[in-house]
Amino acid sequence: MIVYGMVCSGQTSITKSKPSHKAGRRGGSSVAASPSPFRTATTSRALLARARHLRLGAIAPLPRRCDFASALAFGRAMKSAVLPSQRFSQERIVFAITVVLFLIFSATLDRFLTSANLLSLLQSVSVLGILGVGMAIVVIGRGIDLSIVAVMAIPVAWLLTMMDHGVAAPLAFALGLGFALAIGALNGIFIAYVEAPALFATLAIGAFVYGFGRSQLFSQDIIALPKSESWIAAVGRMHIADIPIAVLFFAVICAAGSLALKYTKIGRFLYLMGENYLAARITGIPTRPMIVLQYVLSSLVAFVAGVVTAAEVTSMNTRVVNSTLIYDVILVVVVGGIGLSGGKGGIRNVIVGTLLIGILLNGMTILDVRYTLQNLIKSLILLVALLVDSAVNPRDEQTAQQGDI
Amino acid sequence: MTRHKIIALCAALVLCSSAAIADGLVDPGRSPYVEALQGKKVVFLPLAMGFDLAEGWTSGVRQAVEGSGGTFSIRDPNWSTDAGAQALTELISEKPDLIVVHNPDVQSYARLNEKAEKAGIYVIQVNMRSSYSTDGYVGADWLKVGEAEANALIRKCGAGTSGKVAIVQGVLTAATSVYQIGPILDVLAKHPEIKVVSNQAADWDASKARALTATVLQQNPDLCGLISFWDGMALGSSAAIAEAGKTGKVYVVTNGGGEQMACDNLDNGSFDEYVSFDVPRQAADMNDMIETLFQAKQKPGAVKISLYTPNQILTKADLKPGSCWSMKSLPKH
Repeated sequence: MIVYGMVCSGQTSITKSKPSHKAGRRGGSSVAASPSPFRTATTSRALLARARHLRLGAIAPLPRRCDFASALAFGRAMKSAVLPSQRFSQERIVFAITVVLFLIFSATLDRFLTSANLLSLLQSVSVLGILGVGMAIVVIGRGIDLSIVAVMAIPVAWLLTMMDHGVAAPLAFALGLGFALAIGALNGIFIAYVEAPALFATLAIGAFVYGFGRSQLFSQDIIALPKSESWIAAVGRMHIADIPIAVLFFAVICAAGSLALKYTKIGRFLYLMGENYLAARITGIPTRPMIVLQYVLSSLVAFVAGVVTAAEVTSMNTRVVNSTLIYDVILVVVVGGIGLSGGKGGIRNVIVGTLLIGILLNGMTILDVRYTLQNLIKSLILLVALLVDSAVNPRDEQTAQQGDI
Repeated sequence: MTRHKIIALCAALVLCSSAAIADGLVDPGRSPYVEALQGKKVVFLPLAMGFDLAEGWTSGVRQAVEGSGGTFSIRDPNWSTDAGAQALTELISEKPDLIVVHNPDVQSYARLNEKAEKAGIYVIQVNMRSSYSTDGYVGADWLKVGEAEANALIRKCGAGTSGKVAIVQGVLTAATSVYQIGPILDVLAKHPEIKVVSNQAADWDASKARALTATVLQQNPDLCGLISFWDGMALGSSAAIAEAGKTGKVYVVTNGGGEQMACDNLDNGSFDEYVSFDVPRQAADMNDMIETLFQAKQKPGAVKISLYTPNQILTKADLKPGSCWSMKSLPKH
């Protein structure tokens, strides 16, 4: 609708100011008299030029009239052009594969379909899912956060080190969280204000954080939970109504992320920025502060994931920064159907992607499939998902113009 | 007269020699020892710094080498095999006198180890041997470690139990995994009452080990024992066991360098049996090897010596102060 308003106001001003071109400078006053905030000769023309430049007409035919009905029609046309077809979206394909796997495993494996096993399945991918939510927030706003694993590991490892040196738990938590948020802000500032590409900025900052942590904050690469803080381990082992605490954290993060994306201004802005950054910017969305905010949010989520991990395994393994976890996180996001070109998908996609990985891992562990073979099976299923998606949903005009990451 | 002269001469000789004894004798063997390490350049290439084994070895070897007038430096590839191979290649052209190499797997550094030796550099491999044997190997005897772990389960999971055991390996290509799994399976194969219900890899990662163990426990609630290939990773398995309320019911056997964390976890019941390859002792063995090589002055590659560390089996019952060493008490460098 914002886009529509843009185009629409541009069009009307052109029709109104057409005679004024012929009649010399009078056009300026006729435009100034109109009530729309966009109606100054320069901005209208600039907006239409911008609309043409962005080739909005290529996505959906620009409306001829400027009434509410045609605005709605234009909005619908835009939506169907921009969003993947609902019948065979990647999310549905992956969901279908997940369901099929689930049914196969339920039918063939003893004790697969027990509530305890399903909860343990969920628990084993909870941290991955939480990180997926953080990554989704960034990817929807057309960014990427490769530092997310470093932010999960290093501030939490520092937090454990501080507690080991006798810093009181609340202060240690506050400092650890502050550190994580500061890294997020740094990511955002580099991307929004220095205008460094997200891919490189977050990659470099992730490496910086890891190096800084390992050389300045602590010297070990696995930090054990101090004996004095065994309550954290007790919390990590807790089940509330039989549900492991990690799963609850995943659920809460998903709910919060979903509500924020759907119902808050910030969430809507993120979609708009992801869909069309320039359009979002000229319609007055504070895009730069929003970019900073989205990376701060992903760091916050990563910190939560780190605390959950530390509580679960009573230690923080900073080696995880050099592992393939970051690819798994991106995988969960992309396979669930959140396009890397931004503006698409939601938390539901993360959940679907996480479930697929969880069911695969659980089933293959029960079957005691050899580890190397597991990697093969996992990658084959993902390749099938990508193949089906690219066959059913060919790359649209918009992706072709903007490109993926 | 002549008799008097002889007596006087004898007396003079005795006096002289006793004076010499009072001044002290020079130990003829000492100077080769003192000079052996003078100005010698020793470089350590670990998998990474910042974990108990590497820190323990470094501390011990650094003290000995620098104390004898040599120099000691570290190249830290931080778990990257590529960076490690790169560092080793650079070292070959830099030509230090001795390299202590910690191999990431059996193959990656094998050729480079050989090349270094041919270039006239002594090469000592620690804890994980590559497929090429160099001047020295100091480290755990993985065959014995595997056998000890398997025997522990045979003792605990025999008749009267389910006999079900699980194995959690590390990175599958690591020498520790490769050399450890063989003897375990060999020993277990002789005992048909023991059934391996799961044999998986968790890439040295406690989180992966936790997820894996939780699934195995769901499937086999009557699991009797579990072998984890490394103490840092075993923390994940024991967390899953504790969460399922089965601490003490599943016998957890693991191995490592005997750092304080191992004793703490034996004490709190997270681990039940621990095969320790004593890291301070390994550092002392490395020093012996370095001294021997420099004093023997053989051409690099001329001799091949192995020093396997005797395993120390720890359980909660035989823990005493000093059973473990502490990384925190190592001198800072």
